[in-house]
Amino acid sequence: MQIVDTRGLSCPQPVIETKKVIDTKETELQVLVDTIAAKENVSRYAKAAKFSVSDTKTAYGWSLELKKL
Amino acid sequence: MQEKRNLIVAGSLFGIIAVGLVVLGNPANMGFCIACFYRDLAGSLGLHAAAPVQYARPEIMGLILGSFLISSLKGEFKSRGGSSPVLRFIIAFFVMIGALVFLGCPFRMILRLAGGDLNALVGLVGFSAGIGVGAILLNKGFSLGRSYSQSRAEGSAFSMAAFVLVGIVLFLPMLLKASTSGPGSQHAPLLISLLAGLIVGSLAQRTRLCMAGGIRDLFLFKDPTLLLGSAAVLVTALMLNLTTGSFKLGFTGQPIAHTQWLWNFLGMGLVGYGSVLLGGCPLRQTILAGEGNSDSAVTVLGFLAGAAVSHNFGLASSAQGATTAGKIATLIGFAVITLIAFAVMRKQTRS
Repeated sequence: MQIVDTRGLSCPQPVIETKKVIDTKETELQVLVDTIAAKENVSRYAKAAKFSVSDTKTAYGWSLELKKL
Repeated sequence: MQEKRNLIVAGSLFGIIAVGLVVLGNPANMGFCIACFYRDLAGSLGLHAAAPVQYARPEIMGLILGSFLISSLKGEFKSRGGSSPVLRFIIAFFVMIGALVFLGCPFRMILRLAGGDLNALVGLVGFSAGIGVGAILLNKGFSLGRSYSQSRAEGSAFSMAAFVLVGIVLFLPMLLKASTSGPGSQHAPLLISLLAGLIVGSLAQRTRLCMAGGIRDLFLFKDPTLLLGSAAVLVTALMLNLTTGSFKLGFTGQPIAHTQWLWNFLGMGLVGYGSVLLGGCPLRQTILAGEGNSDSAVTVLGFLAGAAVSHNFGLASSAQGATTAGKIATLIGFAVITLIAFAVMRKQTRS
């Protein structure tokens, strides 16, 4: 599973980084985010791209698990 | 779905508040204009000497404190910074110059449009074009780098400064300059303006509303969600202007506006271009500064510096149009931001 570390990146870079990996036909990825705005934006994009999203709270923010539906 | 509903409700409230502030005394189509408010604030602090545009707009302090309070309450306040603060300052400096060549930030552009000012439509085309160019660069790997966790003192210092400024406005107003004529002299009652800022600041923090983000997301991800907020501001303000008789369709004779389409286009183009690279419009940067983002706080200082230089060196437009110095500064702005963009992209490919 590919890990996309978007911590500390300004909007909309977390989504762009996620999109780049999704565009490579990856079906499972883990996205690390550290702001609620990034969490919401990445989740919204992933759902639109037909991925399921589950999030786990971490010390720095959240880890999002994306799986192709 | 809830996110979309919240954006529409917040945007509609912003439209109502913006028109209400004009009814209560703010300049026409300037219920909320982040660029104009920073320009007036810079004047009231004595950073520029243009007498008609000096007033410590309480809306600005309200926005920062509203965001600070609600983000602290909701556990979203987070001190962070260190993502190219100097480059952000420079980009913000030119965003402000672009806004003052057009005569308004993206928020006022929407309010001008809602008032029937068709020059704002030209501005909107330029703004969208600027966002488009910025979005291409983002796709190609533009990044100002990561921000890192900072001390709580660093993240809250900016909000504390806003708090002190509110105290000065309320109890020691003689320390600040205030216009006796012109746009700076036109304002809604102080406490109402402060309350309006607090409400808009809190709601903008909760909804992440951004006037540049909507168009950017549409270009990059075909996602219209954020755009709903701006659309709601436009529709609500338009309906209110139509019912109160303050709607006047046309290019000429519009309040605090000029008709030079090329400079309206390029001015807002520069605002869109810079805003996308900064990660949000001037309103969004103000909200992020309140949430503890010290890079956005530096961005706001860039806006203040840009406003001060604009008015001290004759870059800002007037109803007669853009000045020669303003036109040159706009073109320099495009060149500098493009240079910055390519410099950081080159660095990224090297590392």
